[in-house]
Amino acid sequence: MEWLANLFGSYWPGVELTGWTLIKIVAIVAPLMGAVAYLTLAERKVIGFMQVRIGPNRVGYFGLLQPLADGIKLLFKEVVLPTAANKTLFLLGPVLAIAPAFAAWAVVPFDMNMVLADIDAGLLYILAMTSVAVYGVIIAGWASNSKYAFLGSLRSAAQIVSYEIAMGFALVGVLMCANSLNLGKIVLGQSGGLLHWYFLPLFPLFVVYFISAVAETNRAPFDVAEGESEIVAGFHVEYSGMAFAVFFLAEYANMILVSMLAALMFLGGWLSPVSFIPDSFLWLLAKVGFLLFLFLWFRATFPRYRYDQIMRLGWKVFIPITIVWIVFVGGMMQTPWAHLFH
Amino acid sequence: MTFFGLHFQDIVFYTLAAILLFAGLRVITTRNPVYAALYLVLAFFTAAGIWLLLEAEFLAIVLVLVYVGAVMVLFLFVVMMLDINLDKLREGFWSALPVALPVGGLMAVEMVMIVGVRNFGADKAIAPAPRPADYSNTAELGRVLYTDYLLAFELASVILLVAIIAAIALTLRDRKDSKSMDPSKQVLVKKADRLRIIKMQAEVEAPEAATDGKEAK
Repeated sequence: MEWLANLFGSYWPGVELTGWTLIKIVAIVAPLMGAVAYLTLAERKVIGFMQVRIGPNRVGYFGLLQPLADGIKLLFKEVVLPTAANKTLFLLGPVLAIAPAFAAWAVVPFDMNMVLADIDAGLLYILAMTSVAVYGVIIAGWASNSKYAFLGSLRSAAQIVSYEIAMGFALVGVLMCANSLNLGKIVLGQSGGLLHWYFLPLFPLFVVYFISAVAETNRAPFDVAEGESEIVAGFHVEYSGMAFAVFFLAEYANMILVSMLAALMFLGGWLSPVSFIPDSFLWLLAKVGFLLFLFLWFRATFPRYRYDQIMRLGWKVFIPITIVWIVFVGGMMQTPWAHLFH
Repeated sequence: MTFFGLHFQDIVFYTLAAILLFAGLRVITTRNPVYAALYLVLAFFTAAGIWLLLEAEFLAIVLVLVYVGAVMVLFLFVVMMLDINLDKLREGFWSALPVALPVGGLMAVEMVMIVGVRNFGADKAIAPAPRPADYSNTAELGRVLYTDYLLAFELASVILLVAIIAAIALTLRDRKDSKSMDPSKQVLVKKADRLRIIKMQAEVEAPEAATDGKEAK
């Protein structure tokens, strides 16, 4: 350390800060990539179990090396560029899909004081980042110069913009309860055991948030952007090899992100449900794991929504529910029962 | 910390400003409208970066959330679906130039007169003292919006509401000949509406003749 400090001279404080930040970023992104890889295996195993199949069990003990095999396979496949495609945007699409999915993790707290950037408007930052992610899908669909891909991207754009409103409104309820946009403060606002978590006073908002999250990540039963029975594979029909894999990674990273947010904002984050067991990062992992299991469960259970029904659900059901509940919470905060909502 | 006499913040500012100017120029010079929309996205994004340098993190994030995340998505949505003939668009370029040039020039002069050095020079706006790290920009903005500027804020929201209602009213045409489903009626459907169970005698087929038994199979 000493000789490094001498080497950089007066620049050392800046270099040291940058270095530490880079190390922290790697410490977040590397386990995240691992989680994404094993979420794909978990998905295949869970859905296999629900459909009375075995699932992948050939590569490694219990199929545990399957994600590695898939990754290596995709890495060595050719990335085919369609002749009439717009080359620049075609390659930019997957990048724009995955970059926001990782960038949003900058403000996610994992435990008390365990956060990369403890910024004041953390929740808004995450909303902004997740709303930018739609560009990857739109650009990919347009640049592919294929009708199916274009239809998929149009569907996805309309769906994500619609559900973002319901999602944002659901989070407004959380802000009202927590009096803060900082994710760490939102978690600490829920301290005091299971009954103080926000999913109880904000139950309709919790349900709306989670269903909107499923729609935002283009997962079944809202996966009309892919809709393999109607438009083949939607926006990524022309992609192959690693470019395809990046879309895949982005989808799973987004799933983990929205589950993490739901756990932080409605299920008390790293807080323990009972007072005699200490708070720990493991609680957060367990909650996120449960929510991710719900994602897989939905996929194995529900048939795909029809497109007009998706729009109806978003605009005519979820948005009114959230508005009514926000007004209700605001009204209750003026009554003697206000402490129930804080 | 300085590099070649420049503060690190200055370097970030000039980089972002250069990208912003480049993106803004490309918005009006690029031929492909989809590219133009994407350059506008880049311009918004870098503008948000410059606002971050001003410690206006709330406004910067809202700029990304509203303009990049919602408005430009809808823009792109429309632009991508349009079948634009570029040659036709540029057809009237030379004939419109004699009118467009003075109008554009006049607008540029007006803008320079208002936002020029005389009114917005570096000596007019003194840089505010840097705030401590725990200063909440968001809370301050909320406090000001809902106390000092409450009337203006409410008026702006009412105007927006009127615009929303007007836009919906303009596009809400009920065509009589179009067939559509009513989901609220669909979910209220009962078994009795669709299914009728009839009691009837079992039909017994007459035994076939032995000669054409093969053909029947």
